Amino acid sequence: MRATLSRLQHWIDDRFPLTSVWRDHLAEYYAPKNFNFWYYFGSLATIVLVMQIVTGIFLTMNYKPDAKLAFASVEYIMRDVDYGWLIRYMHSTGASMFFVVIYLHMTRGMLYGSYKKPRELIWLLGMAIYFCLMAEAFFGYLLPWGQMSYWGAQVIVSLIDALSPALALWIRGDYVIADATLNRFFAFHVIAIPLLLCILVFLHIVALHSVGSNNPDGIEIKKVKDPSTGIPLDGIPFHPYYTVKDLVGLMAFFIVFFAIVFFSPEFGGHFLEANNFIPADPLKTPSHIEPVWYFTPFYAILRAIPQKQLGVIAMGLSVAIFLLLPWLDRGLVKSIRYRGTLYKTALFAFFSAFLVLGYMGTQNPTIWYVNPVSRVCSVIYFGFFFSLPWISRWDKTKPVPERLT
Amino acid sequence: MNSNNTNSGRRQFLVSATVAMGAAGVTAIATPLVSSMLPSAKTKSAGAPVEVDISSLEPGMMITQEWRGQPIWIVYRTTQMMEQLSKNTQFLADPDSNSSEQPAYCKNTSRSMSSHPEILVVVGICTHLGCSPVSKTKVGAADGMSSDWPGGFFCPCHGSKYDMSARVFKAVPAPFNMRIPPYKYLANKKILIGDDQGEA
Amino acid sequence: MLKKILPFLLLLSVGFVHLSCEAEETVPLQHISINGTDYPSLQRGAKHFINYCVTCHGAKFVRYDLLKQIGLSKQQIEENLILTGSKISDDMVVAFSAKDATEWFGVAPPDLSVEARVRGADWLYSYLKGFYKDDTRPSGWNNVVFPNVAMPHVLYALQGTQVIGPTKDIQHLALTDLVVEKPGKLTPAEYNQFIYDLVNYMAFMAEPARETRIHMGYGVIIFLILGFALSYALKKEYWKDIH
Repeated sequence: MRATLSRLQHWIDDRFPLTSVWRDHLAEYYAPKNFNFWYYFGSLATIVLVMQIVTGIFLTMNYKPDAKLAFASVEYIMRDVDYGWLIRYMHSTGASMFFVVIYLHMTRGMLYGSYKKPRELIWLLGMAIYFCLMAEAFFGYLLPWGQMSYWGAQVIVSLIDALSPALALWIRGDYVIADATLNRFFAFHVIAIPLLLCILVFLHIVALHSVGSNNPDGIEIKKVKDPSTGIPLDGIPFHPYYTVKDLVGLMAFFIVFFAIVFFSPEFGGHFLEANNFIPADPLKTPSHIEPVWYFTPFYAILRAIPQKQLGVIAMGLSVAIFLLLPWLDRGLVKSIRYRGTLYKTALFAFFSAFLVLGYMGTQNPTIWYVNPVSRVCSVIYFGFFFSLPWISRWDKTKPVPERLT
Repeated sequence: MNSNNTNSGRRQFLVSATVAMGAAGVTAIATPLVSSMLPSAKTKSAGAPVEVDISSLEPGMMITQEWRGQPIWIVYRTTQMMEQLSKNTQFLADPDSNSSEQPAYCKNTSRSMSSHPEILVVVGICTHLGCSPVSKTKVGAADGMSSDWPGGFFCPCHGSKYDMSARVFKAVPAPFNMRIPPYKYLANKKILIGDDQGEA
Repeated sequence: MLKKILPFLLLLSVGFVHLSCEAEETVPLQHISINGTDYPSLQRGAKHFINYCVTCHGAKFVRYDLLKQIGLSKQQIEENLILTGSKISDDMVVAFSAKDATEWFGVAPPDLSVEARVRGADWLYSYLKGFYKDDTRPSGWNNVVFPNVAMPHVLYALQGTQVIGPTKDIQHLALTDLVVEKPGKLTPAEYNQFIYDLVNYMAFMAEPARETRIHMGYGVIIFLILGFALSYALKKEYWKDIH
């Protein structure tokens, strides 16, 4: 038996680098030994992606991308398909949890300077993944064809309309969001963007495994190697050490994830909105439209600016500006652990502004404090990025140790 | 990496237990996904038994009723048709319906219930590749069949032939007699197709 | 760093969920807790729904045979609950067209299949208690919870006729401002039970999988907690090598 397996392995290895892929990316991929809580979210994001793809495939089997049938087909999935409700709740919860995981993953990158040299491309690929995810979420949100689906898409496409009416018309394929729009959004959601996402995730991991992982100390472990073996002294094989560790993280994540799926799939109206249980009606706008929570920080920035085109540009910029982060940060150290008070304060202000903007984006703009607070937070948000070259330079950093602590 | 002081028995056990748990987890998540592909509640509901009133059906006539999306033929056979059945035996592939599908109470020459032997209830689908045969109930060449045709059904797709009990003839592509669905009589002239509780 | 940020994150996310649920409630609602395992209540509710609601509102995603899930037999459903000559495998639809309805009421009565998920059980319960006589309205009725609603008070024979009591603030009416002018066939307690059953049924109908979902959830979470414990032990075991 063992001999047969070994022969099979050789047969494959002569034709495909199976053993060396296993070695290079798992068994002999040396990761820093001091990964903490923040380092779970990369592998979790991969699992959520797989879960979204699998549940998505099974939803596609019963969903109908037709303005006349879409809403009813979703109810059909929820009522008549065996376990359809479970598959749909997993997909809808997965969409939100994907963003939770990705935001925490990005936060990790910002805390420990994971975007800094030599990992700029990993960061850029990651941002591309994030943009795809936003597109994926946007397209997918139209598919249930409820009131929020419809008017949410209408509002977002109207933003494009503010810049170029011709482009907005081209995206919709009709004068309003209509059957044509639904059909093409379906195509983007189920094949175009997921394909792109998978390719980008692959490239993200290839780049990461070529450069090596950063860590909470922001020290390059490849600098100190065992002279005899060439293995980083502070590195441990990803498999089995981080596979078993990530498994613990996955289980903890699943407990939260499935608690939401089974006990609170609407999550207080944030994951599934009440108004989305009303079929889309092009003649009647719901009294209060808000985007799903993961878009609300950017939406709050849009609303904070009284001029429409400028608002759209500011919103676009607020997302795109992350791309410049590796070059805006001129700090000498990577990790927050060795940065000075100035930088720590600025980063903390940025995170706070982001969260507050997220909250403001869910609130009705007629409430007196919403616009003023959003404006202040928008200033902090952009202020962080624009002042970063100087803040990071003037920051009084602490000395970085040679080895991991 | 000093693996000397590791308790390898404990490690082995934990690995096996985790793998077993993983397998259970994957099975648990695969079950809903796989069962979502079974007929839905709506499909099953639409496939519920249907009632057919046959009071207007006269000898020699046939009506078609849809059940689970399939044509169900209800044929009122004349006395001549019934008499012809036993004469067909030597030409049939499965005259006693041994390898064909029917409820036990219809496993007889007329392939019908003993209370109403002349009424044939059958799924009008050829057992070869699923076409629906056409009725050629007239004996001889009248329906465009050969002169020795004893009356029955003919599948235009690949030429399979069945007699008036929907039994398949020899030397045609279809392997079995046509399927008889479960059914019962709610009244003398009222059939319930799809449910035979209390009949078997 | 983690220890500093995490509580902040948690606090914010909790406040986030809490506050946005509270937003924009103008009238204080009366709270009920729905119970998807109370079959007698659900069965009564189904009967009320079919008797009083399906005359105008459809429930087009609900087939009559769904009622088997709340303990009714095919025969019971066919004999007692199907009033329109529909088959048990048919949806609960209304006889007249949306166009006719628009002519009669001004708006087409909404389909109620998932109404309980749109409005919430508390809203429905309070709404059904909130009708009062208002001669300025075309239907002769108005509602505290849904001001100027087009729907007339279908259940007035049961609840009786309510009017606005002596209240100071006519602009911000609450349920408690209403007084019964002419009693109906039911006592207030009986009426409350009646609409509780109805709303309970509507909540069931809006998400028939709810009970299964919660029931299954316990099993899954227990399995995952065991899985967590096991994988944690496994991790500890391997990480002995490192520390």
